[in-house]
Amino acid sequence: MNSLILDQLKRDKILDLLKTGKRIDGRALDEQRPLIIETGVIPKANGSARVKLGDTEIITGVKIQPDKPFPDLGDKGILICTAEILPLADPNAEPGPPNEEVIELARVVDRGIRETEMIDLHKLVLIEDKSVIGMFIDSSVIDSGGNLFDACSYASVAGILSCTVPKYEIQNEAPVLVEGVTSKPPIKTLPVSVTMARIGDHIVVDPTKDEESCMDARITITTNSDGNICAVQKGGSDGFTAEQLLQCSEMALDVGRKIRKQFEKLM
Amino acid sequence: MVKTMTQLMTEDGIRCDGRRLDELRNISIKVGVLKNADGSAYIEFGKNKILAGVFGPRDVHPKHMANPDSGILRCRYHMSPFSVTERKNPAPSRREIEISKVIKEALQPAVILKDYPRTVIDVFIEVLQADGGSRCAALDAAAVALADAGIPMRDLVSACAAGKVADRIVLDVNNEEDQEGQADMPVALMPNMGKITLLQLDGMLKPEEFKTCMQTALVGCKRVYEVQRKALMEKYFQNGEQ
Repeated sequence: MNSLILDQLKRDKILDLLKTGKRIDGRALDEQRPLIIETGVIPKANGSARVKLGDTEIITGVKIQPDKPFPDLGDKGILICTAEILPLADPNAEPGPPNEEVIELARVVDRGIRETEMIDLHKLVLIEDKSVIGMFIDSSVIDSGGNLFDACSYASVAGILSCTVPKYEIQNEAPVLVEGVTSKPPIKTLPVSVTMARIGDHIVVDPTKDEESCMDARITITTNSDGNICAVQKGGSDGFTAEQLLQCSEMALDVGRKIRKQFEKLM
Repeated sequence: MVKTMTQLMTEDGIRCDGRRLDELRNISIKVGVLKNADGSAYIEFGKNKILAGVFGPRDVHPKHMANPDSGILRCRYHMSPFSVTERKNPAPSRREIEISKVIKEALQPAVILKDYPRTVIDVFIEVLQADGGSRCAALDAAAVALADAGIPMRDLVSACAAGKVADRIVLDVNNEEDQEGQADMPVALMPNMGKITLLQLDGMLKPEEFKTCMQTALVGCKRVYEVQRKALMEKYFQNGEQ
């Protein structure tokens, strides 16, 4: 909401360029910024990743520990993804309780990984209804350059792919860590989140911070390895037509395939 | 999986609450139910019972939120502690904060905020009893309450969910279907402008199913619109005037 005049000027410039089929950073409309994934950056975590998507940079750590299952889900392990924007990541970010944008970010990242059923949670049960393995995937935005949704999602997926699950044995009904034995997490599918912004009548993939500041509406679509659509979130202060949304769903599948190849290299 | 499917739907497509695949739950809307609010509405959507009250345009507090170029819209979706089976902590949960945000963004395209710079329009939604699809029902009531407050709008906003239950696409997902079903997709539409202002999904849909599901939800939105329109007509055109 800051610098309204600058936003208006940026919007005019970005729209003028879009009318000629170009974007402010020279990308094609359906082209993502380069995605750089580095894993194992935090050795004390069970899994970790540092992801750069253009100017946006995320660090994700995965911590795995035994936990009590949720009361109504005794046959499933626990999976919780969070996301936060660190105060050092953006001049407008402030320390303190999360605002609605940050809560939405965390919930959309979590939903993408949960609804695609990336991890077989049934395989994380130690004693049904009593003891399960919990996976906590915490992402921190350390530099914000637009499209935090996809960047946090990619970092979370990369963190999960890089993690090793410690082995727990049950002794006297309590889980005890078995030193030196680990396994790969039970991965079922690779979720890929693709966020698109509508600026005027144009749909652009992976918006930058400037594009986000002047977009009309936003949509994040997460697909799985089988080409199913598993999670959607519309955002922004305007809407889409049904045709635009169907176009977005196709774009999400296309762009998703390319990103998924990058994930496959991590497996 | 097979066990839950037989519970949720019979062989010939009759759902656990007796509805057909493309049938809405009962909806009734009353306009102008609160004295103090500038506009209000009460909706019963299946077992959902929801109140919406609108205040404004009025002064913005805190002042730094004011926008010199346009009015702002604020929205609070809140569930009463007694609205669900297990008592809900009255403090706003992360879920409620997210829903408040998506409802605000679903209403915003319809409200002509440019006419009211430096002011705020507050929309307060209280879910007194929750069933599946409470965010859609809440949106339906909020849009009617905005109209009742006399706020200039480009269109109403009508919302309805569709989903996938026992491998079939169904309209207006209820609580059991939301918990046990395969997908839930809430959609909000500005019916006269054909603009979709809310779209969420959790579940798993093939691309063709995604399309069908969205189209099914849009049909539901249009039916909800008729109910909203009738409720407004009843208050404002009682004697058959147009």
